[in-house]
Amino acid sequence: MAHALEMRGITKSYFGNTVLKSVDIAVNPGEIHALVGENGAGKSTLMNILFGMPVIHDTGGFEGEILVDGQTVNIESPMDAMNLGIGMVHQEFMLLPGFTVTENIKLNRELGRPNIVSRILGKKFELLDKEQMGKDSRQALDKLGVDIDEWLPVAGLPVGYMQFVEIAREIDKSRMKILVFDEPTAVLTEAEADLFLNAVRRLAESGLAILFISHRLDEVVGVAHDVTVLRDGEVVGHLPGQEARVDRIAELMVGRKVDRPSLPPREKEPSDDDLILEISSLSVDMPGERLAGLDLKVRRGEILGIGGLAGHGKVGIANGIMGLYPSSGIVYKDGRELPLNNPKAALSQGIAFVSEDRRGVGLLLDESIENNIAFTSAQVQDRFLRKRLPWTSLQVRDNEAIRQYALETIKELDIRCQGPEQPVRRLSGGNQQKVCLARALALSPEVLFASEPTRGIDVGAKSLVLDLLVKFNREFGMTVVITSSELAELRMVCDRIAIVYQGRLIGILSPDASDVEYGLMMAGKKRAEVS
Amino acid sequence: MKTQGAVLPRQRGIDISLLKKNAVPLLFAALCILGVMVSGMDPSFLLYEIITRFSRNSFLVLALLIPVSAGLGLNFAITIGAMAGQIAIVTITHYQIKGLNGLLWAMALSVPLAVAMGYLAGMVMNRAKGREMITSMILGFFANGLYQLLFLFLVGTVIPMKNRAMMLPEGVGLRNTVDLYGVARALDKLWRINIGGIWIPMGTLLVVALLCVVLQYFMRTRLGQEMRAVGQDRHIAEVAGIDVDRIRIIAMIFSTVLAAWGQLIFLQNISTLNTYNSHEQVGTFAVAALLVGGATATRASIWQALVGLLLFHTLFVVSPQAGQALFGIPQIGEYFRVFVAYGVIAVALALHSWQSRSK
Repeated sequence: MAHALEMRGITKSYFGNTVLKSVDIAVNPGEIHALVGENGAGKSTLMNILFGMPVIHDTGGFEGEILVDGQTVNIESPMDAMNLGIGMVHQEFMLLPGFTVTENIKLNRELGRPNIVSRILGKKFELLDKEQMGKDSRQALDKLGVDIDEWLPVAGLPVGYMQFVEIAREIDKSRMKILVFDEPTAVLTEAEADLFLNAVRRLAESGLAILFISHRLDEVVGVAHDVTVLRDGEVVGHLPGQEARVDRIAELMVGRKVDRPSLPPREKEPSDDDLILEISSLSVDMPGERLAGLDLKVRRGEILGIGGLAGHGKVGIANGIMGLYPSSGIVYKDGRELPLNNPKAALSQGIAFVSEDRRGVGLLLDESIENNIAFTSAQVQDRFLRKRLPWTSLQVRDNEAIRQYALETIKELDIRCQGPEQPVRRLSGGNQQKVCLARALALSPEVLFASEPTRGIDVGAKSLVLDLLVKFNREFGMTVVITSSELAELRMVCDRIAIVYQGRLIGILSPDASDVEYGLMMAGKKRAEVS
Repeated sequence: MKTQGAVLPRQRGIDISLLKKNAVPLLFAALCILGVMVSGMDPSFLLYEIITRFSRNSFLVLALLIPVSAGLGLNFAITIGAMAGQIAIVTITHYQIKGLNGLLWAMALSVPLAVAMGYLAGMVMNRAKGREMITSMILGFFANGLYQLLFLFLVGTVIPMKNRAMMLPEGVGLRNTVDLYGVARALDKLWRINIGGIWIPMGTLLVVALLCVVLQYFMRTRLGQEMRAVGQDRHIAEVAGIDVDRIRIIAMIFSTVLAAWGQLIFLQNISTLNTYNSHEQVGTFAVAALLVGGATATRASIWQALVGLLLFHTLFVVSPQAGQALFGIPQIGEYFRVFVAYGVIAVALALHSWQSRSK
């Protein structure tokens, strides 16, 4: 029998940067096929290709072919995908809160009854056939085995039910053959997720082919008939359901050979005797990266890595301590309690932060390089200011000092630019990141939090940024905490790597630990702790 | 006893929520009653004034409903539609097409103009997503410039037109006021009934009622449903395959055409065209009336439009007299009504941006 969906030899590059290399994947009718991989492994690009998203065609298309029911097809727009019977349940809900369940299920596929007006003016002027729309919706909801009133407005529904409405919308489309779930359980509670997975099984039994993208590996193992693992744009493993085990999948997801470069030695190795930060039961309410009671000790002078799968809260640590998201818990800096939810306090205590959201939080994009570098120090430490008038509160920018410092830093960090007056918007990602680092450096911090410092910058610049962080650590004795989705990077520069799972610390590993150990820990299985 | 205790607070809760929901119209109703009492106006004159104003303005206010439901906010650019209507009425007056016939001709003539202008306005609005209201207001001002160019300079020079009664003595440009004797009260006179000495323009009211029915029907059609979807969330509508930009342009076209007709109905009642001013405040006053009825920039119903019209125009009629009675100066009342019109819009816009930010 032909596969319901087959993607053969899919290769895609963005601007010379290959993100998918000859990926093959095949899904049979009645089968749940899981697609797993870390952030940036290429899952979304693969789905964008399947749905003919404009971003693919705008960047030069792709190589390889897509077959539906054994026939080669040409998918150039999401509409084409829909007409071929390929549906997608989105990660974020595509529901209109003011519409009822039925109206949402039938959105843009409303049923109408022709009348005199519509015969003259066209189909758009048909009155809606609410009764039939309700019946169809009821049928789709029943298929899923959920008991929601089809006439309730969506606004008040629990999150889990919204997901069902979204699925009902897809299965209500006639000729739906292939259904893609993109991180469907990310927002569900455990009980809701169970209910949801049962519904997915029912759908598969009814003959749909299901492509299931998820980070939650235990779920994948429980539900999938087949697992394909992507890493760095390549298929690194293909496991039949009965062979798929959490540790095996996790190992495939994160594993890669790393050559740890020899780093410059220190005079004194950091140890637990001299802690700079003591974090206990830190909870941070950061959407998508919630922390729920994390305990962590940071040694003075070390480079600490924080890893973990997306959505488990690793990014929340720095954002919480810096006061960017509401947080609770106790954080001691040098034995003194650090006030939370107060960015200025954190900054003036010698803690600096390089945000993962470089263009949103990290930089004033339309300001010059020198202003970006000097801004925080001027705000927090009164640096780069001078008194013009006898009142101390009236201070003006010291343009000369700013210029001089900017020129020095540009040289030292090798920021490629036209000069200190260039707006940072026009710099490349790597150079923008260096400006962020320069600003953090201008604060002369004792602790530097760098969140995803290499995200979205090209390969050459990545190692430069990492080198800089090592340099800060070794030359200035700065304690550096790097949060990164790229485990390989952490293993290159860090002394210890803390793994966060479901909002808590699950363990700390040495950079030399095996891939299996990392895989297990990121999937929530605790093994031996490493000192 | 126990059950009573449980029931009572709930009832009170309902009352309070109803009060809260209708706070704006209730406040204005109170103001109106106060104004009527203070002014001591002859009730039959007051009633006549209100009915006249209601019948001639309602079409313009109803023209605002479709853009609100399509998420375009309060369409101040209905002034553009009004201009289209005025161009049409100037044309038929020039060609001396009279009576209901003339009005129908003017309506037909205004459609292509309004469609073209609505289309252009819609395109501009699509470029200015999220800032529709200020854009529509400025568009209105801009169009006013073109309109003045047309009637002050182009008429009689580029556009050959000779008409002593309508044009300035130099032969270039229209007079400040044009007598619309041909179509004066053409619709109002069609069917009038006299109740207690007050003439009620049933013909006009019937047309308004018809428009209400059509709007109600329209919102239940496929197209209406798509508009509501676009109005709620552009992005989600787009993902569902709705052509968002097209829907928004259609909404603007409908609104502009309705505004053109609304202005024609307005003018046939007034019977003179203030060539350079008649349209200017159409947008602000219609918007103010709608808001007084309790509508917001994202939610407006036919009932809110009608109630708002009644309240706003009652206030309009009584405020000079009330000012005279209270302070001995009628201008105070005039100031007050202008203050109310703009104040209500300012509060509504502030509320709108506050709500959309807290989302």
